Amino acid sequence: MVTHRAALGFAALLIAGLAAPQFGIYPTFLMKCWCFALFACAFNLLIGYAGLLSFGHAAFFGAAGYIAGHAIKVWGWSPECGLLAATAFAAALGWLFGSLAIRRAGIYFAMITLALAQMTYFAWIQLKFTGGEDGLQGVPRGEMFGMIDLTDNMNLYYVVFAIFLAGFFLIYRTVHSPFGQVLKSIRENEPRALSLGYDVARYKLLAFVLSAALSGLAGATKTLVFQLASLTDAHWHTSGEVVLMTLLGGLGTVFGPVVGAFVVIGLQNQLADKVGSWVQVIMGAIFVACVLAFRRGIVGELMALMHRIGLRRV
Amino acid sequence: MSDDTILETRDLVKEFKGFVAVNGVNLRVKRGSIHALIGPNGAGKTTCFNLLTKFLEPTRGSIRFNGIDITRERPAEIARRGIIRSFQISAVFPHLSVLENVRIGLQRRLGTSFHFWKPEKSLEQLNDRAMALLESVDLAPFADSITVELPYGRKRALEIATTLALDPELMLLDEPTQGMGHEDVGRVVELIRKVSAGRTIMMVEHNLNVVADLSHTITVLARGAVLAEGPYAEVAKNPQVLEAYVGVAD
Repeated sequence: MVTHRAALGFAALLIAGLAAPQFGIYPTFLMKCWCFALFACAFNLLIGYAGLLSFGHAAFFGAAGYIAGHAIKVWGWSPECGLLAATAFAAALGWLFGSLAIRRAGIYFAMITLALAQMTYFAWIQLKFTGGEDGLQGVPRGEMFGMIDLTDNMNLYYVVFAIFLAGFFLIYRTVHSPFGQVLKSIRENEPRALSLGYDVARYKLLAFVLSAALSGLAGATKTLVFQLASLTDAHWHTSGEVVLMTLLGGLGTVFGPVVGAFVVIGLQNQLADKVGSWVQVIMGAIFVACVLAFRRGIVGELMALMHRIGLRRV
Repeated sequence: MSDDTILETRDLVKEFKGFVAVNGVNLRVKRGSIHALIGPNGAGKTTCFNLLTKFLEPTRGSIRFNGIDITRERPAEIARRGIIRSFQISAVFPHLSVLENVRIGLQRRLGTSFHFWKPEKSLEQLNDRAMALLESVDLAPFADSITVELPYGRKRALEIATTLALDPELMLLDEPTQGMGHEDVGRVVELIRKVSAGRTIMMVEHNLNVVADLSHTITVLARGAVLAEGPYAEVAKNPQVLEAYVGVAD
């Protein structure tokens, strides 16, 4: 029954993703949403299924943006190679961060990830190739696999959507795999998982690396879309934003982070030219409301509602 | 060390910043027996368990399992050697189904625990074995329930089934009947008796009826040291034990 419902969700997602730009919705806005949706899903893999709250995920998102931008612009790599290199770099960075952070739990884990992310943030300011405050500008979009012209917005849109889908399916598969089962058992009861012979630290590390790599893929894709890698993406605000998206959409749900990303990016887009910097206050208020009133998030609450209705019918 | 000793500790000491919780404990657990560890609150029973499974690092002393020194091994390694512990509070995975709980115990041996690209279906080959284990603790009808919804006594039974999934040589049970009603205690006692066939059980237990009923050997701990050891009838007459428990010598 659950898989049946998930299949319906996938179908809806696929149709919405394919059809959206045909209905006059600005493709660049949609592409930004898909990038952040992938980012939030990758983040959710860590917090929702391994129970680890990272407060430094912007480090992977931002770093991959710079690597992709530099590889494509300066080294003249093809977009697909740039994306892959950036993803690999984010994975390596994830391995490094993860190895240091998973020794601690809870707030200490969050603080270590935040500290490490801040260190990389200041590294990007200092390093010459990033362009500092100006960012790395004018990254050419080029041709994917030498045949798809990405300067065409529609072509690029479908490539970005395909990247999102690939990442999304990998996360879905990871959650529903033998590895995912062990991960969930660690989230549920870590001492027990340990007493059953699982080296919990190694499972957490793999989850961390996967999450970092996919966050990197999202960041690199964003660079391709905006032809720009900037400090904003590596800033701790972005780490906070991805927490908000995941919480708002529904922590530990498959579709929640996607919904959360669209709501947050959509609101920012709509409100930015109407209320100016009040948008930050509104985001804060939403965050508070979410934590106080509907902790399961939009998708989580919907699922709970459907469950209740289902019970009543039985 | 003779062959019929499965677990042995020598001068096991654990100090916490000046406080000695376990002080020179020598234990010898006979293969195939049910060995109970009793003693007043704060005697160091649970600390002992944590040392044996390496959830705590001993300050001094050694632990040998089947003649092999395991004092420096990590908890997961100890578990893979066949020493599986339970906890004071029920140790289940609350938001997984009852079947999945037992399968977690079984799936490590498939060697696919890190395979994040394999579908969950690849675990279904374990379902028959998992159902048989659930059957053995009368939980088969609950296989698809979410574990958090089970009553307390059933959770403890599930915990035992999960432990059995690893086919441990030595089971360490930390207060298996704690917080249970009368009926549940009876059921768990029968269960422990049943699963003790072909393996060794060591348990911490407060309910002396359960201890008298089940165990072959009893070790009494007080203030971190061994006060007495032997069969229940013998230990129960020991004046030092009486004093530690009720505060009078006679």
